Amino acid sequence: MSSATSHRAVPAPQKIRESVKQKSALPWLTLPALFFFVVFAVVPLVGVLALSFANWDGIGAIGVAGMENWTSVLSDPELYNSLGLTFMIMIVSWLVQTPISLLLGVFTAGTQRYRAALAVLYFLPLLLSSAAVAIAYKALLDPNFGLAMGLGLPFLAQDWLGVPQLALGLIIFVIAWQFVPFHTLIYQGGVRQIPKSLYEAAQIDGAGTIKQFFHITLPQLKYTIITSSTLMVVGSLTYFDLIFVLTGGGPGNSTRILALDMYLRGFRANLMGPASVIAVILVVVGLALALFLQRLGGKDQQGSQLEGM
Amino acid sequence: MSTVLKSDSKPGTPASAASSIKAKQSLGTRIRRLNIPGGLGGWIWLAVIIIPVYYIVITSLKTSEGYFGQNPLALPTAPTLENYQLVLEANFATYFMNSVIVTLGSVIPTVLIAFMAAFAIVRGKGRYLKFVNGVFLMGLAIPLQATIIPIYLMIISLNLYDSLLAIMLPSIAFAIPLTVLILSNFIRDVPNELFESMRLDGCSEWQTMWRLALPLTKPAIVTVAIYNGLHVWNGFLLPLVLTQSPGLRVLPLGLWSFQGEFSVNIPAVLASVVLSTLPILVIYVLGRRQLVSGLTAGFSK
Repeated sequence: MSSATSHRAVPAPQKIRESVKQKSALPWLTLPALFFFVVFAVVPLVGVLALSFANWDGIGAIGVAGMENWTSVLSDPELYNSLGLTFMIMIVSWLVQTPISLLLGVFTAGTQRYRAALAVLYFLPLLLSSAAVAIAYKALLDPNFGLAMGLGLPFLAQDWLGVPQLALGLIIFVIAWQFVPFHTLIYQGGVRQIPKSLYEAAQIDGAGTIKQFFHITLPQLKYTIITSSTLMVVGSLTYFDLIFVLTGGGPGNSTRILALDMYLRGFRANLMGPASVIAVILVVVGLALALFLQRLGGKDQQGSQLEGM
Repeated sequence: MSTVLKSDSKPGTPASAASSIKAKQSLGTRIRRLNIPGGLGGWIWLAVIIIPVYYIVITSLKTSEGYFGQNPLALPTAPTLENYQLVLEANFATYFMNSVIVTLGSVIPTVLIAFMAAFAIVRGKGRYLKFVNGVFLMGLAIPLQATIIPIYLMIISLNLYDSLLAIMLPSIAFAIPLTVLILSNFIRDVPNELFESMRLDGCSEWQTMWRLALPLTKPAIVTVAIYNGLHVWNGFLLPLVLTQSPGLRVLPLGLWSFQGEFSVNIPAVLASVVLSTLPILVIYVLGRRQLVSGLTAGFSK
């Protein structure tokens, strides 16, 4: 492919540059990374589509199932329950996390020392694994020895994990607790890149803090909002760890999101075919959302390339 | 507007912070005003973050009498480390070592091969390199969870099931796209003149990569190493699906099993949570500046 350039005549002044290019070993340097990525990410991606048409219990031989898995999963009300829950958690989480992290990001981008100190403390939840967070919250929620009694707020002493609506609300809260700090950080970076001259001009024109926020900060953060939202939305397909440890999908199936549904069908019920169907749906939903958000952000926007983290 | 005065009367704002603001404003360097709702919200969110963390730490230091007898948020009257001792005696060291092996074994190869790829993508030309870059960018949108079943099948066929290597291989693969993206953004910022002069000095691409690009990209490398390390260290699904033996559990899985083991001993469970977070906290404290500045630069372009 680079042969087109290497066949070109070599004029004397450009000798050094061209000669380096001719025997360039650069393409070879990408091979190790490409190998790993293709074998353990691209091949499985194709593999999951193939497995969605197969019969497999996870141990024995793999058989051909044809459309069977698809028809059975698509006619299973459990799928629509999981899909609905996934979108519900995604949308509500976005609605909760975006304003909080946007405002905190704007706030911590200020220059005072104590704001920087706050931002350091905000980072703490990111260091805990989702498993640790889930386990800690189970203890925190104990009606007698947990936070509710400690804070003297008995109305918080509920059976959080036993009532479907409460469990769902709790999960959305814990997700915000864990991930708002990360998005705060993204917004903080975004705000710091807004040119100071815009605010100076606005101040000369007599615009107050609130006007400045809506007319300068918010429009300037457009791409940051899209980056953060993309990460949030696509990332919300991956709250698996937290929900798995916190509620295991229950009570009943009230917190059984798609990823959990896939795991339970595949690795608990040993139905790898139907689980693969769910996985394909997961990929399609993820890609569709990423593309939609990218469209929203315009094409040349670099941040939107960060989708799917 | 007398925002400065207002901030002085606001509860919770340290006087020193307020006075330093005043000093800065009088110098005319600050253009944005203080926002009271922002400050208030900031402190409320701090409480939301800190109270659970505080609860976890103090409870882990309580005896069972203290746990059952005291106000949950009160400091332990007789702080004890016996919960930590209990956890440390119960396989914690094994889980910890497994996590260390998996994390180092994933992060080091990832950073190394992703750096080489990023260097090639930035410095080279041609359709092949463009294509490879495109493949990696597309990879950012592949959710790991959706590929877990074929990965499980592959790991079984490779006879790697129930080994630490089984966790490392997919971890490396899924860390590559973002690592290449961040590193190539940084290598692109290296002035071209530096590369030219290296070339005139007769250095090969290989030498240029290690002697010029690598030292100059060190901040980015620290960022991606910590970021990937955090992900692998906290990873749950791959170890859950790809290993089985208790002796091969990594920390998040270990925590999960402690939870069953010490189900009635909440202070011990929380001690294991604290212990599992300590190492990452130490690394964070050491690399914080670089991590945070690297991440904000990487995401807010």
